Amino acid sequence: MDLLEATLYTIKAMVIMDNDGNRILAKYYDKNVFPTAKEQKQYEKNLFQKTHRANASEIIMLDGLTVVYKSNVDLFFYVMGGKNENELILLSVLNCLFDTISLILKKNVEKRALLDNLDVVMLAFDEICDGGIILDADPASVQKRVDLRNDELPLGEQTVAQVFQSAKEQLKWSILK
Amino acid sequence: MALLIMHSYNKSHSSPPRGGNPFQNLEKTSVLQEARTFNETPVNAKKCIHILTKILYLLNQGEVLGTREATECFFAMTKLFQSKDTVLRRMVYLGIKELSTIAEDVIIVTSSLTKDMTGREDFYRAPAIRALCSITDPTMLQAVERYMKQCIVDRNSAVSSAALVSSLHLSSQHGAGDVVKRWANEAQEALNSDNIMVQYHALGLLNHIRRNDRLAVGKLVTKLIGQNMKSPYAVCHLIRIGSKIIEEDYANGTNTISDTQFLEFVDSCLRHKSEMVIYEAAHAIVNLKRTSARELAPAVSILQLFCGSSKATLRFAAVRTMNKVAIMYPAAVAAFNMDLEGLIADSNRSVATLAITTLLKTGTESSVERLMKQIATFVAEISDEFKVVVVQAIRTLCTKFPRKHSILMNFLSAMLREEGGLDYKTSIVDTIITIIEENLDAKESGLSHLCEFIEDCEHTSLAVRILHLLGKEGPFSKHPSKYIRFVYNRVILENATVRAAAVSALAQFGASCPDLLQNVTVLLSRCQMDIDDEVRDRATYYLAILNSNNPSLCKNYISSNDQMVSLTLLEKTLKDHLHGPLNETFNLALVPKTAPTPAIAEETHNDPMITTNSVPKAPRVTREEVNVERLLQIPGIQRLGPLHKSSPAVQLTESETEYTVSVIKHCFPQHIVLQFDCVNTLSDQLLENVKVDLLLPEGYIIRHVIPCAKLVYGEKESTYVILEFPADVSSSSATFGATLKFVVKDCDPTTGLPDSEEGYDDEYMLEDFEITVADQIQKTKVNNFAVAWDAADTEEWVELEETYSLSAVNTLQEAVQTIIKFLNLGPANATEKVAEGTHTHTLLCSGVFRGGAEVLLRAKLVLADGVTMQLTVRSTDQDVAEIVSSAIG
Repeated sequence: MDLLEATLYTIKAMVIMDNDGNRILAKYYDKNVFPTAKEQKQYEKNLFQKTHRANASEIIMLDGLTVVYKSNVDLFFYVMGGKNENELILLSVLNCLFDTISLILKKNVEKRALLDNLDVVMLAFDEICDGGIILDADPASVQKRVDLRNDELPLGEQTVAQVFQSAKEQLKWSILK
Repeated sequence: MALLIMHSYNKSHSSPPRGGNPFQNLEKTSVLQEARTFNETPVNAKKCIHILTKILYLLNQGEVLGTREATECFFAMTKLFQSKDTVLRRMVYLGIKELSTIAEDVIIVTSSLTKDMTGREDFYRAPAIRALCSITDPTMLQAVERYMKQCIVDRNSAVSSAALVSSLHLSSQHGAGDVVKRWANEAQEALNSDNIMVQYHALGLLNHIRRNDRLAVGKLVTKLIGQNMKSPYAVCHLIRIGSKIIEEDYANGTNTISDTQFLEFVDSCLRHKSEMVIYEAAHAIVNLKRTSARELAPAVSILQLFCGSSKATLRFAAVRTMNKVAIMYPAAVAAFNMDLEGLIADSNRSVATLAITTLLKTGTESSVERLMKQIATFVAEISDEFKVVVVQAIRTLCTKFPRKHSILMNFLSAMLREEGGLDYKTSIVDTIITIIEENLDAKESGLSHLCEFIEDCEHTSLAVRILHLLGKEGPFSKHPSKYIRFVYNRVILENATVRAAAVSALAQFGASCPDLLQNVTVLLSRCQMDIDDEVRDRATYYLAILNSNNPSLCKNYISSNDQMVSLTLLEKTLKDHLHGPLNETFNLALVPKTAPTPAIAEETHNDPMITTNSVPKAPRVTREEVNVERLLQIPGIQRLGPLHKSSPAVQLTESETEYTVSVIKHCFPQHIVLQFDCVNTLSDQLLENVKVDLLLPEGYIIRHVIPCAKLVYGEKESTYVILEFPADVSSSSATFGATLKFVVKDCDPTTGLPDSEEGYDDEYMLEDFEITVADQIQKTKVNNFAVAWDAADTEEWVELEETYSLSAVNTLQEAVQTIIKFLNLGPANATEKVAEGTHTHTLLCSGVFRGGAEVLLRAKLVLADGVTMQLTVRSTDQDVAEIVSSAIG
């Protein structure tokens, strides 16, 4: 009755939102799933409402889509597939998305850092999923393909910045706990 | 200058306001202005990357670029190919892909992209292919074909994957499919790649290319089964392809050796090392129609294992699939209800609710009690929408185990007493009402639970519904007097709306219980002092009728208001009347009656999935309401009397012919209006004077034909034929031959204007259609069938009894459905559902024949080598009774 269609078009959408439910990046791959920006945003709002309280990796069915999601600090990551899609495939894509971004942002997965590196994150989106087809699900290989920047900051300055960043992160975690 | 801009840019970039979003307040126009920087030489890579990011961000937020804006931006972007910066180049590819659908002349970048795609820089090649394919149309495909073939078999896995995926995208484009087909050999070669993603993409492309060649796909699967593919994605895909073949063969009734082989393969995947594959295999086995209980067992035990996983997603997947198993093979799941019960308190609420509904499906009659206790412990903790899911599950349980109604009813009333929103309370009340309707034993307790509920109910709409129900059911219960107290309490304590409803309910008791009449009149006369107009009016109205001591008045104006006129239509006809000359009185009989809307019970086939959104219920518009509007356009239609019933449309042509025609039959007391909806699917023809010629059976007379003056390509127009029914009711069910006649004019397909004024006559054979008994009967819903049936045992009614053996049906359910379909009667007392495993069943249903003759039908069915039926029809008209009882035979 619900045999899965043998198609490579597995992913219906990938979305990153901030902790107010605002879209940071979103890609919808199926023309039949929320064709207009208005419908997409409405759905995201709805989805965020249903999911923002959970703090662990979770899964939800919403409006006929299977959605796996994950949150970190002030970011929410969502990967959506069809109603009967293999949840574990979706999860593998979600993990790839999250881990790739974590590699790009040097484990500092939060909104500020993500926006500062939005260009590379956009490239990562593009390397993970192409028009709904999973292109690559290995974080290391995706990162290798997209993170091509040469760090142009002088060594000393970079270290200071890094120290500052990690201190900030630690502070944040201690507050969050 | 450039340096200066760069400086200020760097500054603003390195110290944006902390915590804010640097992209938050972007203006489309100013960003597009900035895009002019792309034209500067030498290219400032860092700055351009930032601007490109901003553009892409805006597009991503849903900002819309006009064609001109997009084209300008696109052309500016092409300048950036001069830069050697890798990130910039990659962002340009992204930009090309985003703008390719909006901008014009995007093929301008073909040569740049082809150069990158064939160049040496691996970082460029893969994304360049994907960008190129987004701007390529089938006509240009030939030019890049050679490169694509090379790239598919490229040693670099990213390049190969990109080429394979792009080919797949291309092949769905119109006209490109044939070109892509020629790349099958290359895809075949890529299938042998070591890279797991290349394998997956190659398999996907190959399967897509050969999807219409069953044999080739079969061969492909057979070959790959032996190869032990490394990629879990590819194995999942292979399982899907394989199960599709198995399912198709099963549907066709063929069973080949390869099917067995595929099944073995799917089964072996249950022992794969990747969870993804294991689950895919288990899912496939569960969903294959040919799976037997023995084959199911290993899959189910895998799911059982997953239930205990620490990952919510895995548990979810397992329970969801289990839920499906529960529908088809409850016994298979019942074996480990323990595992499921462990999930009832799962932190993921979706998992918990799925577990409950699964348990309720598999539960046996004996376990219901225990399960309900379990649910009671946590029901307070879950949110309203999940409670609704639980309530729905209970409703199905009630239908399944009618004997457990007291436990379930107690549980529901406990839920009713707790806090909760309107939706939640409504679903509980709905469930209780359904139980009362379906199960006579539960009626008394259900009603008293509801009485208790309205004692303290904050929702006016619910209180009104329950009061109405009390008025309907209360008078026929064992102790009607006990409900009166509850009803009258409302009159004292509630708001005007509820008081009015309570007054109506009181009147029902007065009309149906002669021994309570005295008390009811006393109570009603007190209501005449009410401060609200409506309450006073109702009290006075009912008192007057009750005091008249005229049973027929009571019956017509208090007890039986089943046959309702459609309110929307009443409103419309009243409006029309007011606009008219106003010199004749308004005739209520002109307003069509509508079938009562079926009870909410229809939705009980609840999807096990929790789609947490609440679908707004579209207001039910009946066919009659839709049609009357159009019919009223026909001159003189009023003379036919009120519309009795409209049948659903019946196709008289195949769906893909030159002209498609369907017929809707509108039944009036003595006439029938045939509405032929015609569509002309030929763009080079204009049809005029379209009408339908009928081959009439004996007795029917054509009163009027309304042709359709003009039938333009693609438009739906109607032509009508008005027939008078034969005087003899028994010959009214008959078959008609039909031919479409029209004048054809050739016309210009683009403008639709006829080439010349002259046309020629033509005709087109339509399929025969029937006017059946069902077309002449409108469903009614009788709440107390037994009462109505007994009341029909008088001289005014005719009774006919016949015994038939139904050879065409094999089950009781089928027989019931056939009877209802043939006669279009409304089933009463939920007798349209046959309990499983029984050999006898009684169907009770009712309707009104055109002209107003009521029909009550009782069909006693016995299953023994086919179905035998004793049919008893009671009707107010002899002819009607005959035609109804003969319609089945």
